[in-house]
Amino acid sequence: MSQDRIGVLRILWTSAVALLLTIAPLPTALNVARPDWILLLLIYWTLNAPLRAGLSYAWLCGLLMDALVGDMLGEHALAFVIIIALTQRFQLRLRIFPLLQQAAMVLLLIWLYHFLIYIIGGIAGEHISSWLRWLPVLVSALLWPVLVSILDTVNRLSK
Amino acid sequence: MTSFSSDIRPIIGRGPSLIARALFLAAISIALMVADHRYQYLDSVHQGMSVFVYPVQWVADLPSRITHWIYDTFEDRERLRTENEALTAALRDANLNLQTLAALNEENRRLRELNEAVANVTDKHMIARIMRVDLDPLRHRVLLNRGQVDGVYKGQAVLDTHGIFGQITQVGRYSSEAIMISDPEHAIPVRINRSGLRTIAEGTGSTDKLNLPFLTSEADIKVGDLLIASGLGGIFPAGYPVAEISRIERSPSETFAMVEAKPLALLDRDYEVMLIWYQPAEMETFTDPNRKASPASATKPRKPS
Repeated sequence: MSQDRIGVLRILWTSAVALLLTIAPLPTALNVARPDWILLLLIYWTLNAPLRAGLSYAWLCGLLMDALVGDMLGEHALAFVIIIALTQRFQLRLRIFPLLQQAAMVLLLIWLYHFLIYIIGGIAGEHISSWLRWLPVLVSALLWPVLVSILDTVNRLSK
Repeated sequence: MTSFSSDIRPIIGRGPSLIARALFLAAISIALMVADHRYQYLDSVHQGMSVFVYPVQWVADLPSRITHWIYDTFEDRERLRTENEALTAALRDANLNLQTLAALNEENRRLRELNEAVANVTDKHMIARIMRVDLDPLRHRVLLNRGQVDGVYKGQAVLDTHGIFGQITQVGRYSSEAIMISDPEHAIPVRINRSGLRTIAEGTGSTDKLNLPFLTSEADIKVGDLLIASGLGGIFPAGYPVAEISRIERSPSETFAMVEAKPLALLDRDYEVMLIWYQPAEMETFTDPNRKASPASATKPRKPS
């Protein structure tokens, strides 16, 4: 069973790498376009190991995100839970999509995530409405095929 | 990645449905947000979480620390010598200025004693390093390598050697987050040094620009005027330089002028900043000079009038 092959350890260390990539220093121009590594990873594991990395794991990762880059606790946690719930709901359909179609769905999901963060921020009284804040959506979707091929390779190698 | 066999969720005994669990976690998240943002109950939780996150920050910051270490270790002698000379010269000038300042300070103290107002005193300061860690690119926040264990507190003023840098927004155990004065959500009460006019300088989201939205078209300001912290609000030390007026646009039809200022602190180039602990001048200590004549009135509880 592929479930057993995808060990908890692998999920944990890929998450740690994703957290690191989230705050690793980059030149300003690249920093603005930084993809949402954690969420991409969560979507990947939800599609491939739904029993190991589910809603609660997404929620925990969201809390860590809040502690890492956020303003208030719960902001990213809420957005992650909603996105991962949607992913899980359509998991069986999403995982048989061809890679490009999958990337399109990921684009939608990541856009929804950023929209949620935007709305939550708006309610809390922030007002950053620069169009630059939507740039990571595109970059994340473009990176999806790359991420999938890397992680599939990792999974194959650590059988 | 497409093998159907991997969905082995049991049909019976799945536990609560997906939607129920999602709603439950969402409700907790919202409760957390309200508690954190509106009531600020969660400072200790923030500190607890920061311990988990600190290793990640530490590792992300590592390359910059290593390059700095290499740079420091292998810096060539010639450069060190010229830098040393320049620093000695700067120190001599600073000392010279300090001599005149000492006299002024003394005079100031005597005048203030006469006035019975307590001057701003910087009790203690500490150097903090800005960790090279990227937070939200659209907000101007930085991570400092000092935290609760060093006595850092929320709302503490952060300075650099040129001007006011920002203030602490989140205190972790070993690190803390500071907001720069250029963040669009930050505003600092300032005074124009030349005319004494008080106003507020807001961040704009660009490190070389502050916005002063509350100055009327007739206000007494000039390009090049120095803005200093007014000390109102009790966070920033009064008199410390903040920015310099860089652009004024007066239009006769508008009530308010469009005024921009350039922060003096090197917001985008700083490597180290200074955290200060000081006793802000309290409003309550101001006493009516006429009242001083009768010492009894000081001890007697005053009736609310």
